Amino acid sequence: MLGRYLRLFAIQLRASTLVAAQYRYDFIVEGIISLFYTVTALVPLFVIFQARPTVAGWSFGQALLVVGWFTVLQGVLEGAVNPSLSRVVEHIRQGTLDFVLLKPADAQFMVSTSQFLPWRITSLLTAVGVFGYGFHLLGSVPSLSALLACTLLFASAVTILYSLWIMIVSAAFVVVKVDNLTFLFSSIFDAARWPVSVFRGFLRVLFTFVIPLALMTTFPARAMLGELDLSGLALPVIVAIVFFGMSRAVWLRALSRYTSASS
Amino acid sequence: MKVGPVLRALPTLFRVGFAEAVAYRAEMLVWILATTMPLVMLALWTAVARQAPIGPFGEKDFIAYFLATLIVRQLTGSWASWQLTFEIKNGVLAARLLRPLPAVLSYAVDNLSALPMRFLVSVPVAIAGLVSVGRSMLPSTAWGWVYFALAVWGGWLITFLVNIAIGTLSFFMESSNKVMDVWMAAFMVFSGYLIPVELFPSGLRKVADFLPFRYQIGLPVEIFTSRHAQDDALSLLARQWLWVVLLALLVHLLWRRGLRRFAAYGG
Repeated sequence: MLGRYLRLFAIQLRASTLVAAQYRYDFIVEGIISLFYTVTALVPLFVIFQARPTVAGWSFGQALLVVGWFTVLQGVLEGAVNPSLSRVVEHIRQGTLDFVLLKPADAQFMVSTSQFLPWRITSLLTAVGVFGYGFHLLGSVPSLSALLACTLLFASAVTILYSLWIMIVSAAFVVVKVDNLTFLFSSIFDAARWPVSVFRGFLRVLFTFVIPLALMTTFPARAMLGELDLSGLALPVIVAIVFFGMSRAVWLRALSRYTSASS
Repeated sequence: MKVGPVLRALPTLFRVGFAEAVAYRAEMLVWILATTMPLVMLALWTAVARQAPIGPFGEKDFIAYFLATLIVRQLTGSWASWQLTFEIKNGVLAARLLRPLPAVLSYAVDNLSALPMRFLVSVPVAIAGLVSVGRSMLPSTAWGWVYFALAVWGGWLITFLVNIAIGTLSFFMESSNKVMDVWMAAFMVFSGYLIPVELFPSGLRKVADFLPFRYQIGLPVEIFTSRHAQDDALSLLARQWLWVVLLALLVHLLWRRGLRRFAAYGG
């Protein structure tokens, strides 16, 4: 069972890669754009840290790590999550989801892996640069255990991101037109480039529990610094599991309301 | 094309556009929510300014600044680039070209007729600002109001003309949405949307003064929150309208060149 899905995953990934290979110069374009995004995203950081050595307990180098994780996750979002799931919206609107449902494999799996944009891997390269700069400013290197911890948190961050996206897409079964919901989410996600401790009150609660941006960027950054204890590590993992279960339930429920679009 | 018939058609076009905005109000609400980034920046900057002001900005200045940013963003919105790219690719543009009305103008009407709805959203924001900050939330002089109106109008024109200019690139290349993305990234930083231009290091600030971005959002906001003396405001306004003229010329050129390459697909 698992082997079959892994094989399917490899096939889907290969198809996307073949398509991407036709547009080779996109690699350079995407690279330049990713670099440009990151540099412009750093400007507010430069301005703030010029006025203050630390903001809400974060030094410039430490805040850079949060930006690095933000860049990584944005790459994952735009390269692996967003392209295939925005296709689902199109499928629902046109009724072509029928063809996906007819296939002898799980529909959620099929739609989630239908398209990847491999060139977005350039975001990862940019992020490595940001991490390098951050640790250079801090004058330290992450320990092995810290790297292991942040790998674990990276996995849970991707899970949370994916689950949120599935829930948003599920809304398409009910309201049909959700391209702007995805836009809304991307704009909220922008807040993840700041350490969550700069926010207070309502926004802090929102970004920790409802849309757990804090667990996606601030926690991995702290793990990288070796600041997280066991409970700090457990929280994102638990939330990721809960979100994944929730999104699966929401998806199945939404799917049961699917009525196709033809006459 | 005669001016008279076009002018007579405008009120009807606005009515149609407004009816459309009302019909898709839920969708519009989501779009408006997506432009609430200033609230996040507001939280961020006030947190930073709580201990001590940053440059000339105290906590209240930041509140006034970012609430005004939220309002100005609502009033200067344009999405003509995406519209144009979509319509060129699908050939829908042909229907627009058939109308006895300049196509660019019809996009302008499309975008402007969403204003009343967006204005409705801005009012509570302005009231919230008035309650929390007091009088400094509004221009304190008569010229302030006049300049603000001019600056918002100029800001909208720059946003709209850039949208059309980038949209027309789709005549020449496959899709200009990527170009728009890059523009938006630069816009976010240099327009004063995330950071007041006043807080830029002086070198960067000189750069921002020469780029069009800060005249889209920053200038109207600064005039609204009375951050300029009259002379400075006037010279900045002059620069803004210089951009408007330059961009209008650019659009004129690109549109005529591009249209020749247009081929409508489909039946």
